[in-house]
Amino acid sequence: MNVSLSTRGGFRFDGKEIPFTPGQTIMDAVLAAGEYIPHLCHNPEFAPHGSCRVCVVGVGGRQVSACTAPAAEGMVVDSSSEEIQGTRRAILQMLFVEGNHICPACEKSGACQLQAVAYYTGMLAPHFTHFFPRREVDASHPDFIIDFNRCILCELCVRASRDWDGKRVFGISGRGLASHLVIDSPTGKLGDSSFAATDKAAHVCPVGAILPKHLGYEVPIGERLYDREPISLVGDVAAHEEA
Amino acid sequence: MSDPSIGQVTEFVAESLARHGRNPDYLLQHLIVLQHRFSCVPAAAVDALATELGVTRTQIRAAIDFYAFLHETPRGDFDILFSDNITDRMLGNQRLMRLLCERLGVESGVPRADGRVTVGLTSCTGMCDQGPALLVNGMAVTNLDAQRVDRIADLVEMGTPLEHWPGAYFVVEDNIRRKGLLLSNPATDAAGLRAMLEKGAEAALAEVERSGLRGRGGAGFTTALKWKFCREAPGGERFVVCNADEGEPGTFKDRVLLTSYADLMFEGMTICAGVIGARRGFLYLRGEYRYLVPHLEAVLARRRAQGLLGEAILGHEGFDFDIAIHLGAGAYICGEESALIESLEGKRGVTRKRPPFPVTSGYQGNPTVVNNVETFLAAARVVQWGGYWFRGEGTDKSAGSKILSVSGDVARHGIYEYPFGTPVHRVLTDCGAANPQAVQISGAAGATLAPAELDRIIAFEDLPTAGSFMVFDASRDMLDMVRNFAHFFAHESCGFCTPCRVGGALLRNLVEKVAAGQASEYDLAEMRHIGAVMKSASYCGLGATAPNHVLQTLDKFPAIYRRLLRSAEYTPSFDLDAALSEARQITGRNDAGAHLEVEV
Repeated sequence: MNVSLSTRGGFRFDGKEIPFTPGQTIMDAVLAAGEYIPHLCHNPEFAPHGSCRVCVVGVGGRQVSACTAPAAEGMVVDSSSEEIQGTRRAILQMLFVEGNHICPACEKSGACQLQAVAYYTGMLAPHFTHFFPRREVDASHPDFIIDFNRCILCELCVRASRDWDGKRVFGISGRGLASHLVIDSPTGKLGDSSFAATDKAAHVCPVGAILPKHLGYEVPIGERLYDREPISLVGDVAAHEEA
Repeated sequence: MSDPSIGQVTEFVAESLARHGRNPDYLLQHLIVLQHRFSCVPAAAVDALATELGVTRTQIRAAIDFYAFLHETPRGDFDILFSDNITDRMLGNQRLMRLLCERLGVESGVPRADGRVTVGLTSCTGMCDQGPALLVNGMAVTNLDAQRVDRIADLVEMGTPLEHWPGAYFVVEDNIRRKGLLLSNPATDAAGLRAMLEKGAEAALAEVERSGLRGRGGAGFTTALKWKFCREAPGGERFVVCNADEGEPGTFKDRVLLTSYADLMFEGMTICAGVIGARRGFLYLRGEYRYLVPHLEAVLARRRAQGLLGEAILGHEGFDFDIAIHLGAGAYICGEESALIESLEGKRGVTRKRPPFPVTSGYQGNPTVVNNVETFLAAARVVQWGGYWFRGEGTDKSAGSKILSVSGDVARHGIYEYPFGTPVHRVLTDCGAANPQAVQISGAAGATLAPAELDRIIAFEDLPTAGSFMVFDASRDMLDMVRNFAHFFAHESCGFCTPCRVGGALLRNLVEKVAAGQASEYDLAEMRHIGAVMKSASYCGLGATAPNHVLQTLDKFPAIYRRLLRSAEYTPSFDLDAALSEARQITGRNDAGAHLEVEV
């Protein structure tokens, strides 16, 4: 078929040939081909966002976010060099010191994308000086809890509530390091918002910031998603929760 | 200021809605007038606007939280903000602010209990040629000295309304020192606009293309190409936006252009509208220049009366175009064109993902041209006098002239227009810079030049610049500049992407660690490491340029860091020996053995 031939292209990804169709981003094409680029704010069910920067790849001597950069014929994409992995590691370390991420005490440990991507890039310690911000835990909702200490500002809940649930329960307020997740309700509490356990927004958090109540350690640590296989093979935690 | 009643607030919101309409894009404009009227955006106004504009309370609160000039709690009858650019500091703004705080009995940034006044700091207000400067209820006061500050304290204590303050306080001089292609003639008889209407939009675009004009905001995108892309972009309505959010520290040339060359700028916007087929345009004016609004509105009104704006411009049926002024509210990031468009739409000024670029998907998703004030000015003259007239000056890659804002340690502060290709030393000679130690080109995000580099040229191919030109003489400690800029970028990061949001704050903290005499070589290497990540991985130009000043001074002025290093290797950010003081107190010891060894 001439049409499909003329609309398909290919590029090199760490030495492998990856096909793409016009309009696809590097991330779209790579994930479709069964390969992996680490990411946190990206979720194929939502429009690309480009804020976490963990998916940086090298293209033509520059670093671009794979989730927003359009795939182009013949491009050479570096996703595995020490330079690229080093940039990702530093970005992950920044996320770790920005919030309060105490993995051993977190219900999400073992099924957390932040933790899993950190392992993937070979991050061994947070490295930078911790900010230790004082953040709250919102347990006002009957079914869900929000621990703001673990929020990485990926805005997936913001997008899911707005674009999928049609509710706009979440937003981002402030700027710079004071940027923070806020809830649209008269009190600012989740319990007074229209948030429901069946919302898409309840099931997209890549970290342990939005968690169901009344469940604890149902799957023992050591047997969780990323305890069994690396994130590069099993992908996003949200996709597994849905399944 | 006593708390307003809910009735007062809702009545005021109703007036604002009557004036601006119920388009949610005008949210920020409503918030600005509310802030001005009540010294905060009262909760009742948030509720009323949420209902009337159909937006969430969260969106409104998030905007208030984002823009530095908006507040949820009252600032008082007088909201005083000292401009805190490094040039203001060099002129003693910190001493003057302490003086005012002492006189008024207030702490920086904390409203006085009686609701009379708040005194704080703000990023560069664009008065570097006549600083130190401050904003009082949004109005610029220049040329501060101890006497003026003393008098201001009296006026505040007496509760004297601003209209009864001495007029001299609010005088803003143009300080035009050198005129070139654009500044030499402010007069306009709409000749450029007539030329476009006579010869046609395509011919006008061809002149702009022939001129080689590139954007004057710093990035230098070819203007004709931008206009052409927008003209050819699929879609319905098109928009022209003039970026007058002159926020780069040390820049003030747009202030002068808006003051004395506004007609030419509006003419350039109107020509652009004719070329791309726009019916509506916006002037996005930084909040710091709000004092210019009455003047700019008057120019717009006159142009409408002259048939230069509105319907059937200069009698040409079907050529309808008008311009509305939108104010910013204290956010440097809004100078970035996609963040500016978000702000025009009433939202937090967060940069958009690109592509798509504004020329295909800008304001409300429509094809939009965003150009700098100086670019529109130049475009008007280019269409009037021809592309070759403009091309005759400058270099191959940088046609025409560049207007510079010169401040710092010079005898003659002000704006200077030079042909592109002019060496830095020529500017230094003209402005009377004695014994310069460093020149900061294009603001905090730009290039730091050492004395050996002064023969470099102002041009896109060597030193691209949005116009800021700050001079530091040999008496200055360059670490003061670095500290000022590091705080600036941490404050102005929009917070969207990780490297800029977190990296900027880490960098600021490390710079402060150096200044406190607590740093080691390890910390300097960390600064390079963080800077490199910010440069390569940030989402937009703000994050990518924010570490420039640190990286360049580490290379060119290593002594400003080295002399303060505590040790060659690693020093923690706290004092280990001081941490032992409690143990010494408990044990009653203070001998040498109870202290850590002093490092050599």
